Amino acid sequence: MKRQIPLIITFIAGIVMIIQYFIPHEPFAGMQQLFNQWYLIIAAFAMILGIGNLLKIHSGRISRKTSGWGYSIVLLTGLTVMLISGLGWGIERGTFFFYLFWNLHIPMASTMFALLAFFVASASYRAFRARTIEATLLLIAAIVVMLSRVPLGGYIWSKIPFAGDWIMSYPNMAGQRAIMIGIALGTVSTSLRIILGIERTYLGGGK
Amino acid sequence: MFETIGIWIAALLTLCIFSFLYKDNPFYKFAEHLFIGVSAGYWACYYYHNVLQPNLFVPLFQEGRPIFIIPLVLGIMMLLHLVPKISWISRWPLAFIVGTYAGYYLITYLQTNALEQVTATLVPLVTFSSVVLFVGVTTGLVYFFFSKEHKGTFGGIAKFGIWFLMIAFGASFGYTVMARISLLIGRMTFLLKDWLHIIQ
Repeated sequence: MKRQIPLIITFIAGIVMIIQYFIPHEPFAGMQQLFNQWYLIIAAFAMILGIGNLLKIHSGRISRKTSGWGYSIVLLTGLTVMLISGLGWGIERGTFFFYLFWNLHIPMASTMFALLAFFVASASYRAFRARTIEATLLLIAAIVVMLSRVPLGGYIWSKIPFAGDWIMSYPNMAGQRAIMIGIALGTVSTSLRIILGIERTYLGGGK
Repeated sequence: MFETIGIWIAALLTLCIFSFLYKDNPFYKFAEHLFIGVSAGYWACYYYHNVLQPNLFVPLFQEGRPIFIIPLVLGIMMLLHLVPKISWISRWPLAFIVGTYAGYYLITYLQTNALEQVTATLVPLVTFSSVVLFVGVTTGLVYFFFSKEHKGTFGGIAKFGIWFLMIAFGASFGYTVMARISLLIGRMTFLLKDWLHIIQ
């Protein structure tokens, strides 16, 4: 029961989604929208599960007073204040929740990603050493694309913006397409294995 | 007043995160943990108001559609993952999600990412660019064919495919760098313009 029923659910859900594409009539018509809606609901509960886990881990750290427990208080305070303000008074513009989102979440999120600019720069230094043909092609493509996206590129040579666009539209597109087709074929075979119950790793270990 | 306090908080948190460039320190850890907490809270409220409210509570309690009891029950079963003795029950909603999306992606990926991409590639080779596109896709796919050893002519074609893949990676890398740099410029503009009023 612990493994067989999930496998049956997976099979039925997968087959219904395939059939509804080929037979767009009742009872299959509208199944995709309904299942999508259900998926969103379950995903929202998965989000609650994640928050429950976060609460469990950090409240445990605080009660055991393990190293860095003070930061767990900061985390739980941020979480609680956001939850109370968002669930209690809404999330629209002008609410306290929006104020926190605007002055805490957005600056921290964009700074975290901006921080990556420095790490990308150091990674570039290592990656952009033209020791092989492959590394040289990577270097040239990256530099031309970067220069083509800023005014400096056009000042250096007027054809750089055009070269950047051409690289993006043809050689880059060719590589991306090969990857996309490969991923699609892999997805199809993995989906089939999941629906047919051959691939079961998503059920985890145990009985 | 509130706006000024908000700008100061945002600026100080920005500096706390940038302090990681020196080394890992308590200011960064404070901002990092606050960010995780605030993010989790933000997404929880977002999901409640934009997903659960319109997709579950309205159809079930206001429109009286009993079929929505099924996702509610599956959702509650998902939460049972937190109870070790009966955590296996959470496999049921997980199986529904995995099965639904396996069936959905099987069709959509085959259609959009495989068939339509092949159709767009198989065009009359009348320009240099269309030849580049065709050769790039074909040789790239040859590289991804691992059932045959990459030796001889086959290996040569696969190597040519790697060159196209490298150009694609280089272009993506360039794009990523530019995106991160523009975010950095945005943060610097915030600090120097909105907070310190050094630049106009």
